[in-house]
Amino acid sequence: MDRMPAWADAVLVPLFSLLLAALLSALVILAIGENPVEAFNLMVEGALMRSAGWGYTLYYATNFIFTGLAVSVAFHAKLFNIGGEGQATVGGLGVALICLYIPWPHWSLALVGAALGAAAFGALWALIPAYLQAKRGSHIVITTIMFNFIAAALLNYVLVNLLKPAGQMDPASPVFPPATHLPTFQDMFATEAVPLFRGAPGNVTFFVAILACLLVWLLIWRTRLGYEIRALGHSESAARYAGISPVKIVVVAMLISGGLAGLMAVNTAMGEAERLVMNATEGAGFIGIAVALMGRNHPIGVFLAAILFGFLYQGGAELALWTNIPRELIVVIQALVILFTGALDNMVRMPLERIFLAFRKERA
Amino acid sequence: MSDTAPAIELKGISKAFGPVQANKDISIRVMPGTIHGIIGENGAGKSTLMSILYGFYKADRGEIFVKGQKTEIPDSQAAIAAGIGMVFQHFKLVQNFTVLENVILGAEDGGLLKPSLSKARGVLKRLSEEYGLSVDPDMPVESLSVGHQQRVEILKALYRQADILILDEPTGVLTPAEADHLFRILDNLRAEGKTIILITHKLREIMEVTDTVSVMRRGEMTATVKTAETNPQELAELMVGRKVLLRVDKAPAQPKEAVLSVKNLRHVDADGVERLRGISLDLRAGEILGIAGVAGNGQSELLEVLGGYREGEGEVLLNGAPLPLRGPGSDGRARRAAGIGHVPEDRQREGLIMPYTAWENTVFGYHHDPAIQNGALMNNAAIRAEAAGKMERFDVRPPDPNLAAKSFSGGNQQKIVLAREIERNPDVLLIGQPTRGVDIGAIEFIHQEIVRLRDLGKAILLVSVELDEIFALSDRIAVMFDGQIMGERSPEETDQRELGLLMAGVTEDPGGDAIAAVDKSLDEKEHRAAGE
Repeated sequence: MDRMPAWADAVLVPLFSLLLAALLSALVILAIGENPVEAFNLMVEGALMRSAGWGYTLYYATNFIFTGLAVSVAFHAKLFNIGGEGQATVGGLGVALICLYIPWPHWSLALVGAALGAAAFGALWALIPAYLQAKRGSHIVITTIMFNFIAAALLNYVLVNLLKPAGQMDPASPVFPPATHLPTFQDMFATEAVPLFRGAPGNVTFFVAILACLLVWLLIWRTRLGYEIRALGHSESAARYAGISPVKIVVVAMLISGGLAGLMAVNTAMGEAERLVMNATEGAGFIGIAVALMGRNHPIGVFLAAILFGFLYQGGAELALWTNIPRELIVVIQALVILFTGALDNMVRMPLERIFLAFRKERA
Repeated sequence: MSDTAPAIELKGISKAFGPVQANKDISIRVMPGTIHGIIGENGAGKSTLMSILYGFYKADRGEIFVKGQKTEIPDSQAAIAAGIGMVFQHFKLVQNFTVLENVILGAEDGGLLKPSLSKARGVLKRLSEEYGLSVDPDMPVESLSVGHQQRVEILKALYRQADILILDEPTGVLTPAEADHLFRILDNLRAEGKTIILITHKLREIMEVTDTVSVMRRGEMTATVKTAETNPQELAELMVGRKVLLRVDKAPAQPKEAVLSVKNLRHVDADGVERLRGISLDLRAGEILGIAGVAGNGQSELLEVLGGYREGEGEVLLNGAPLPLRGPGSDGRARRAAGIGHVPEDRQREGLIMPYTAWENTVFGYHHDPAIQNGALMNNAAIRAEAAGKMERFDVRPPDPNLAAKSFSGGNQQKIVLAREIERNPDVLLIGQPTRGVDIGAIEFIHQEIVRLRDLGKAILLVSVELDEIFALSDRIAVMFDGQIMGERSPEETDQRELGLLMAGVTEDPGGDAIAAVDKSLDEKEHRAAGE
């Protein structure tokens, strides 16, 4: 069978999937008696047309970049890590402990420390499922998803019984010391004359996420470890033939994956809330799966898909704020995007491929 | 009139997959009551043609006539209805069903099994008497030998009242004696008026059993000739399109000291079955030791334990130093570092990462080599440049290191693996099925490379299920059966018959009753396997 060129596969297919998802969403909005064009305008207006909107969009995107990279790295080893949620939750614990108990002189040092802590805790949370998969063959999908629940329960316990200041009603940690507060986009880019990103949670962690994209790209396509990870992902028998230890690679890939998911907590706990709260991940661990799928497990794709989902999150919040469209519908729209770009990939690809090839034949 | 109508007639069949023309304007007449061979290299389009005939693919153009009637075959149901039966290279049997259950599978007469089973029992009894196709109908298929499983496949087709049988590479998994038995069955079928199409790449089989032979090359039917009026040399030339050497030119071996000594090597697989039962052999520098045997008698495991793919027990000395056979230091990486190269039997599952580019594959297994590192990163530019040179030296076509391994033909994939292993200059090279699925042109080249390596004073352990290949390359031949070495012979002092018997575990010449001796030996092996 003839194939589309790689660029068409990477650009045209997600684009058409998105269009289809948008079309269906429009129909759903029409069905509940709202105007889809107006709704779309509102989303764009709220998420992309003002700097504050961008501040939110990029804040969400930062979360999705980390969780999306986490899923991709594991996926290159053919491991389906759906435990990003739990790994990010436990990563938050690492951030909180490091910010609360170490007297940091400056935010930049605190950022490095907290990032290491978040990654270490996230990796640790991925280690147990990884070990069980590598040594015992317990399926990683089952164990990582169960570890999401354990993480939520663990955080609950730690917040309520250990970290919560006496007398506080809210199950949350104390506020982190001011020296650990990360500069937001507003702090970085706004001036007296040009107020930018006012009040938006987007912060310096976004640049850490970009750095993570670059490092993951180097890891996967330029290092020996990446070579071995991909080799195992393509063929375990070939990997064993080459003397690559599947146990070692499974564990290492999951450690990196868990570490990346854990890093997300730097953005939520340190960058936004400035303390550790319950359910700070808000499903970003799962969105990471869609982001990785749509981004074809490539850091550039993950970056772009994360921005898109950031837009959907922020635009959706605007919709809920300004229209009668219920919040649940936003979830429906996001689900449609996930469905079309992730699960129904081939449904779009096959007809598109046929059209593309027919068109090319005609021109040739 | 109907008596002289061909059983199968194809007119102008064409089939393209994208830009690849798999079948180009193919016309062929298969007369009833004959055995018609179709021979050609891998990728010549034999399988595509038969898939069209059996309804797996739809031809782009052309017509099919069955017994003189123009017939549309949109799916395999239609093929069966037209009286066409197919015996696949890889059997399609349910392992834990009995023979009887497998035979009626998909041809049950109703919701209840009992009536169909008893009907099938009667039919099976008649068929096995008529054609010498004896199989115990109540045995589970998994406990049958490969040869018997193949009989079940043939019975399945006959039960569905096929009078045209297509057999796709039927002897690939059989011992020579089993293959002889199969040919006798085919003779019987022909005598009863059945029509048989035999697809193979083995010239010897064509010469032995067919009445007519059609040769395919690159999607075209290049010739159809009476078997009696041709010879192997001519057929080989028709297949390849040029003169080929069917023999390997090699000087006598100059063996030196033993490089690899294997003593009492054992291996138990994950299911607890003992695959190697005390193998001892010495491999000397400058010789090719061929391991003959029917697939599945432990040759693969021997190669894989030595290559570090599996763990084993016993003693293996490389240049006098013991090699760890389990735990750390017993993997493929350690073996390569010690100087053992390994061309695995299955290049697609083991030897190559199919989606990786050719250049990435040229360092696979050797990717820890400090020479190709650039600090923390791999020196991809250097690897790519070196890959281009290797591919040129091994005549890989197309010589483009940026193509993915999966887009090369089987022969060129094998050349990539060989280039990688040979260019590392190992002391010992383990080679499994070097020419499986490789076209004749590439076989010639690969054989020459192996002999060249031997003449450089390297020790080569060759495992192949192709007896011809074993004879052509080996300086010594060891025969494996059921995890043991049955004997060692010099290629000059033995013949196909003697090796064939050893391959079936028969060590003493049984005289005239070879088939019975083989059956007895294979039965004993089955019982041992079942007992475990």
